Amino acid sequence: MPEITRDEVAHLATLARIDLDDAELDHLAPQLSVILESVASISAVAGDDVPPTSHALPLTNVFRDDVVVPGLTPEQALSGAPEQEQQRFAVPRILGDEQ
Amino acid sequence: MATSTRQADALVDFDAVLASYDPALGLEVHVELNTNTKMFCGCPAVFGGEPNTQVCPTCLGLPGAMPVVNRKAVESAIRIGLALNCDIAEWCRFARKNYFYPDMPKNFQTSQYDEPIAFDGWMDVEVGGETVRVEIERAHMEEDTGKSLHVGGATGRIHGADYSLVDYNRAGIPLIEIVTRPIVGAGAKAPEIARAYVAQLRDLIVALAVSEARMDQGNLRADVNLSLAPKGSGVLGTRTETKNVNSFRSVERAVRYEMQRHAAILDGGGSILQETRHWHEDTGVTTSGREKSDADDYRYFPEPDLVPVAPSRDWVDELRGTLPENPTVKRTRLQAEWGFTDLEMRDTVGAGAFGLVEETVAAGCAPQAARKWWLTELARRANESGVDIADLGVSPATVAEVQALVEAGTINDKLARQVFDGLLAGEGTPAEIVAARGLEMVSDEGALGAAVDKAIADNPDVAQKIRDGKVAAAGALIGAVMKEMRGQADAGRVRELVLERLG
Repeated sequence: MPEITRDEVAHLATLARIDLDDAELDHLAPQLSVILESVASISAVAGDDVPPTSHALPLTNVFRDDVVVPGLTPEQALSGAPEQEQQRFAVPRILGDEQ
Repeated sequence: MATSTRQADALVDFDAVLASYDPALGLEVHVELNTNTKMFCGCPAVFGGEPNTQVCPTCLGLPGAMPVVNRKAVESAIRIGLALNCDIAEWCRFARKNYFYPDMPKNFQTSQYDEPIAFDGWMDVEVGGETVRVEIERAHMEEDTGKSLHVGGATGRIHGADYSLVDYNRAGIPLIEIVTRPIVGAGAKAPEIARAYVAQLRDLIVALAVSEARMDQGNLRADVNLSLAPKGSGVLGTRTETKNVNSFRSVERAVRYEMQRHAAILDGGGSILQETRHWHEDTGVTTSGREKSDADDYRYFPEPDLVPVAPSRDWVDELRGTLPENPTVKRTRLQAEWGFTDLEMRDTVGAGAFGLVEETVAAGCAPQAARKWWLTELARRANESGVDIADLGVSPATVAEVQALVEAGTINDKLARQVFDGLLAGEGTPAEIVAARGLEMVSDEGALGAAVDKAIADNPDVAQKIRDGKVAAAGALIGAVMKEMRGQADAGRVRELVLERLG
């Protein structure tokens, strides 16, 4: 029976950069548990011969050839950027670290 | 209670480290493929374009954009896997590695998680005449990130930056990440094995022609994992991961440094914090990066927008047929062809010059001459500048040109050294440098004869000895002529002229 604890929800919120206060955690954690349990009920009807499915269609090997196709101009690419400088996306100071 | 320490006050002497600890080494190498286009979209994957000129909705992570896998990149991944003696997955998926950092506009990197395309391989690495088998855990497909430019602050690095500017031209370029299993039992050889592994892996990547494989341009990037365990304990200690070590020499230095740093912390009763470290090429030290996230924190899940990759065995066999000659077999064959002794061969490989000598010979240079230039003049200069020999900026074809000038009698070995000076100073081609610097040897028999006559006249005692049959004394006259000609004469021809006159 899957269950998600309040601490796990708080951790996931941190990872997802979602700011949840105590009241919101109290409210959401039990709801997420119910959702997980509901989805997990599918397991009850799946036999051992049914593998977990990640894709809706039974397709494999959908490839494209290694040929350049036109993309966006820098103006188009940057048109939605809140800030830009030197033809680059300006982003807030980075406190973390590169991956 | 043990304290977790990041910075050691002092380093432990390398021999003392080995007396108390066993190192375990792991290497992760990212290879940027040389495909025409990116991993999941048709944007050009070339290096050096103006910022944000090689982008599209897919690699910018715009809503609704759909990725499609580059077939050539999968082929390259399979070929790399086969060359590393890996099994190739019959079926595997891409996964989303979720993290928030502006170098990936999607807020996840498309990678592979527990289903790499290639796994369970090995590579035999030669270190000081011994063969060490390095086991390959996996080679998986993923995409490169964008490039951040940090503005403001004192150093230009992340710390102290006021804001950052991001260029996504590199985001989405195909990467293959090759991960070794822990290499244990290496002892004192751990730093050399690390270097030799990366150097040999680069040779393999070059032979496969799947990447430009330039470490100085970041086509090949090594992360060095290192841990120490109490000697004889047989366990694995806590590791650190030193990121983006970008030359063979630095790989060796980083392993050595981390061994000495870990030992200092452990000797002081501390414990190692599992974290990433930054390598500083200029000072030869590592500094603390970030605490390493658990894999769980990346919330990997199968990429729903990409269907699984299931390479047929026919396709895999076809690609196996395209593999270059096994590097070990090739080395044995070329050693015989070149007539190198075991020691000459070992020195060539050890200096990271095997591929360079091979290319120089292919460009028409005599093997021993190719070896001589790379292992003496060029190795010395690379060492002086603290760069890898391959990054010196002198190409194998150029070395062959220099040797051709020597063989044509235009210059001699000594003058060739000045040509290398000119090449490193960017003065043009070897022929241009010879012309500009006036290095061409004097082939004018009249001028040579006059210099010989002058040397004989200036050194009557020596001349008499030669007339009396002491031919060995000719060296002094040859030296005098060479000095007169400022080294720009063929010493063999000078000798003939001296003996003609006095014989």
